[in-house]
Amino acid sequence: MLVKQKKSILSELYVLEIFKGLCITMKNMLFAKKVTIQYPEERRKYSERFRGQHYIKATNGVENCTACMLCPTVCPAECIHIEAGERPDKEKYPVKFEIDALRCCFCGMCEEACPKDAIKLSNIYEMSMTRREVWDKDFLLEQRGNK
Amino acid sequence: MSLFQIIFMIGQILILTLILIHNAPIMAWVERRGAALMQNRLGPNRIGPLGLFQSAADGIKFIFKEDQIPGHVSKFYYVLAPLVSLVPSFLTFAVIPYGSQIDLGGGQILKFQIADLNVGILFTLAIASLGVYGIIMSGWASNSKYAMMGSLRSSSQMISYELSMGLSLVGILMVFSSVKLGDIAAAQGQTLLQLGPIALPKWGIFIQPLGFLIFMTSVFAETNRLPFDLPEGESEIVAGYHLEYGSMKFAILQMAEYNNMLTGSGLLATLYFGGWQMLFPLGQIYSHLALSGMTADWVRVAFEIGSFTVKVLFFMWFFVWVRWTLPRFRYDQLMDLGWKVMLPLSLVNLFITAVMISYGVI
Repeated sequence: MLVKQKKSILSELYVLEIFKGLCITMKNMLFAKKVTIQYPEERRKYSERFRGQHYIKATNGVENCTACMLCPTVCPAECIHIEAGERPDKEKYPVKFEIDALRCCFCGMCEEACPKDAIKLSNIYEMSMTRREVWDKDFLLEQRGNK
Repeated sequence: MSLFQIIFMIGQILILTLILIHNAPIMAWVERRGAALMQNRLGPNRIGPLGLFQSAADGIKFIFKEDQIPGHVSKFYYVLAPLVSLVPSFLTFAVIPYGSQIDLGGGQILKFQIADLNVGILFTLAIASLGVYGIIMSGWASNSKYAMMGSLRSSSQMISYELSMGLSLVGILMVFSSVKLGDIAAAQGQTLLQLGPIALPKWGIFIQPLGFLIFMTSVFAETNRLPFDLPEGESEIVAGYHLEYGSMKFAILQMAEYNNMLTGSGLLATLYFGGWQMLFPLGQIYSHLALSGMTADWVRVAFEIGSFTVKVLFFMWFFVWVRWTLPRFRYDQLMDLGWKVMLPLSLVNLFITAVMISYGVI
């Protein structure tokens, strides 16, 4: 229902009201804290649990991954592609480990599914590229965090 | 006219033209930073000190952009329109005095005003209303419904507010009984009230407070600034009359708008805030210096130009300040305000002024 508000004659004249408004904008301009984050110098503080760029955790220079195929199975975006192989000591390892970041939805299910604590999502959020590259194993083996 | 006077006049014209050309980029920067700061942001602060070179970068971008003419426009008027709105915006500033005069002796007087016309303020009004042709032309020639709507809105708005603008001015003209802006500015040096040590000058705003409010509102409407920027109401009609314009032609339309703002500020300062009359500390400093001869004159004029500049800059800032404070009017509200409030009020103002003059109050 439309209710007509009662206004005083002063506010009907608008001059005083406009002056009040001008005071508010001036107060904001002079004293209010500015919310801008000046990006390359200042950065937004993200949560520790932020899910960013992937990496494969390695111990003593050898990846933890055993190519068990749990992460490509659980991946809802189907962006992980693994080809398994055998090391001379009969241990299974991924010959190919590729993540198509353009398909990835950063849900973190691969991280949850991994029994060997191998695939990880780091805190890095600057992932812009000029080409549609698929991240290969060498790229993913760079240790990008210590989660 | 001696040779020195002619050189002085040409120099004056050149300097003022340069100021008017550089007004638009600087005001664009002021507007962006002002808007950002009022909205708790920082605004463009990367290029140069405080981001001042941002406008230079913008200018370079405007110049190097492809100067495209859309296929569906009426080419001749489309190209002509920015010029038609730019030229009046330069012309109107010619009659505004920004300093008093220097008597060189021997009948030689240097006037700090490009043209001291007999018609004075009427010239400004006449030329300023020519500016609307540029806007109508740009909208009509663009052959686009949004541009057309914008220009139609603009024309009706300008015609409606010119009435109250002219009528509110009549009050000032009656008080100072002159249309020459130089005379009006000089007359505002008198003292209106002496309250102990404080002398209240006979500025237009103290004699005509109502007239000032009406004139200021009308100037906002005439220059198409918020809260009356319906001709370019971007939420309804995209960008209004300059929708089909790009590159330098768009920049010229913007420049015309900012120059109109400068002229409006100059008029507000001259008619209602004492023009080149010195501001509070400067007048006292000048009389303390107790100079004599030629130096006194030049120092006086420098102080006057400084005072005028401060007043004009305040009003330029006021335009920006109001823009980021008040929301846009609805179109019918704008028309209601113009015809039902501003016009009767300016007539009332005229009546009160006439009564006060006939009883010898002012």
